[in-house]
Amino acid sequence: MSLTARGHLATALLLLPALLFIAVWFVTPLAQLFQLSVSDKAGPFAPYAQLLGSEVYRRVFVNTLWLALTVTAISILLAYPTAYVLTRLKGWWWTLAFYCVLFPFWISVLIRTFAWMLLLEKNGPINRVLLELGAIDRPLELLFNAGSVHIGMVHVLLPYAVLPIYAAMIRVDHRLLLASDGLGAAPLMTFLRIYLPLTMPGVTAAAVFVFLLALGFFITPALLGGVSAITVAMLIEQLVNERLVWSLAGAASFILLAVIFALLALAARFVPLGQALVAR
Amino acid sequence: MSAGRSVAFAGIARSFGAVQALRPTDLAVAAGEFLTLLGPSGSGKTTLLNIAAGYIAPSAGRVLIDGRDVTALPARQRNIGMVFQNYALFPHLTVAGNVAYGLKARGRPADEIARRIGDALALVQLDGLGERAISALSGGQQQRVALARALVIEPDVLLMDEPLGALDRQLRKHVQLEIRRLHREHGRTTIYVTHDQEEALVMSDRIGVMRDGRIAQLGTARELYENPIDSFVASFLGESNLLDGRLISVNHGRARLDVPGLGVVEGVAADGLEGMSDVAALVRPEDVAVEPARGGWPARIEEVVYLGDLTALKVRLANGQDIWCRRHARLGVPAGAVTIGWEAAAIRILPRSQPTKTEERTP
Ligand SMILES: Nc1ncnc2c1ncn2[C@@H]1O[C@H](COP(=O)(O)OP(=O)(O)O)[C@@H](O)[C@H]1O
Ligand SMILES: [Mg+2]
Repeated sequence: MSLTARGHLATALLLLPALLFIAVWFVTPLAQLFQLSVSDKAGPFAPYAQLLGSEVYRRVFVNTLWLALTVTAISILLAYPTAYVLTRLKGWWWTLAFYCVLFPFWISVLIRTFAWMLLLEKNGPINRVLLELGAIDRPLELLFNAGSVHIGMVHVLLPYAVLPIYAAMIRVDHRLLLASDGLGAAPLMTFLRIYLPLTMPGVTAAAVFVFLLALGFFITPALLGGVSAITVAMLIEQLVNERLVWSLAGAASFILLAVIFALLALAARFVPLGQALVAR
Repeated sequence: MSAGRSVAFAGIARSFGAVQALRPTDLAVAAGEFLTLLGPSGSGKTTLLNIAAGYIAPSAGRVLIDGRDVTALPARQRNIGMVFQNYALFPHLTVAGNVAYGLKARGRPADEIARRIGDALALVQLDGLGERAISALSGGQQQRVALARALVIEPDVLLMDEPLGALDRQLRKHVQLEIRRLHREHGRTTIYVTHDQEEALVMSDRIGVMRDGRIAQLGTARELYENPIDSFVASFLGESNLLDGRLISVNHGRARLDVPGLGVVEGVAADGLEGMSDVAALVRPEDVAVEPARGGWPARIEEVVYLGDLTALKVRLANGQDIWCRRHARLGVPAGAVTIGWEAAAIRILPRSQPTKTEERTP
């Protein structure tokens, strides 16, 4: 056996467990779900037609996309300066700041969402402090609206935005900034023309990450959102658990999946995502 | 035409934590001068250059450009052209984008920028490559883009940090002459950093040999070659044989030292030799005469290197020390046992410099 053939075999063997796992626990259920979505009594594509044809269901999709988009925008705006500060810190300060960024990863989303519910509720600490200070005379409606959903989701997703941007930032050759400065550029010009373009792959990777995760978010919008702000994930849950229409649930899943693939393909055209996600 | 301004360093020093990268240094570079800082890596060359550019603040001292104190000015207000080691070209911009950058920063009108990009690219012989991506250029072309980018802003001072280090030897020689031509034509004050003595010799008006965060000696190439102040400068500039020994006497500009296993060697005393004990005799390879066994020191030929016009011989003396000599190739190579000798007037007796942590002699 030639060396390269042996290399390929070794690669295949190393990948085998993961491939088997995915095949058994991911591809098979997915195929079954697809089977369900096209086996409606009214015809194979009836559920799809019903979802895309109805104003109500369309609104759910638009809502979901819009929520994911705004959450992504806010996350990027917060993550960019945070990642920059991380690149400037040294030693202990760096370690401390980095753990602060990673800390949310270690606590379950459910617990964090409940924590926000406690903080934001009518008799929660925020309202009480504001009342005590006399800033308000009636408790604010902080919970079950777009604001609380955004707060909760951004909180969960921020690390996914910080890390790729940070990885892009530490790859920027410091001397390029010096060169720009030495050529007479004001700091704003150095930022806009050198730093921002060079860190853009990280921003794009972060945006794609956060957006895709936000699209499929369930717990946070379900617990922190109002009844009007229903997302696709919540819709699917309702269709399965309350209305027991598996064909519609399956179709909704596949529409979401199709949107995700389309967006990924679009993003991949602009940035080599693999490169942006893996720090050298 | 002289487009240069003078640069002066007054008591400039810089430490990084416990490391003294630059000890208090005074240096005056005349308007239009080409000054080279030559020294082993870690000797503080880049630090001094970055202080001139405004990229590093000195721990002490002042920088003057054209007599004006610029110590507190950020780099963007100094009008200095810098060619970085490995160029630091903007990878996401084209060649023209890189060259235009400094002009855009100065808010020049578009038609002027276009014209000056054209001129600058022509100057470095890159006409027509303006739309190329940086990654599509060879090392030599990138080097020239870096030069064009620094020159197009018509800087008061041009700084270059080992700009040819990444090029192969053939190209390096070519670009050396190019840089010298550009300097002759424009008379721009230039501070050039290198660890390559040949480069320093080819290009410079004056050379500052740096060692351990200070300028060990400053002078023209000829002064440094003929009158090095110590064994470090002697070994860093030009080929050299150093015979270590103890000083016996200094008399009327002549010094004698005792070389273990060899005996007394006589030569011209360097300044300030009196009262020293550890000294060295500097014997340049071209001053060594190799004769078949006749007078002088007996030696054995160890190696013969044919260099085309010259032949380099390595001969071993009785005390085990190797001496390199050079002679015209057409003189041939003597066979067997030889003796070597030299004129005392060609030999310099120098203080021996202590080796330091940054020591890294070029071969
Ligand atoms: N940013 C820095 N931090 C710590 N030490 C530095 C820094 N820059 C330079 N040094 C140290 O200062 C000394 C001189 O460095 P440098 O000026 O780069 O030397 P050269 O350019 O001659 O090789 C070296 O010992 C180097 O390690
Ligand atoms: Mg250096």
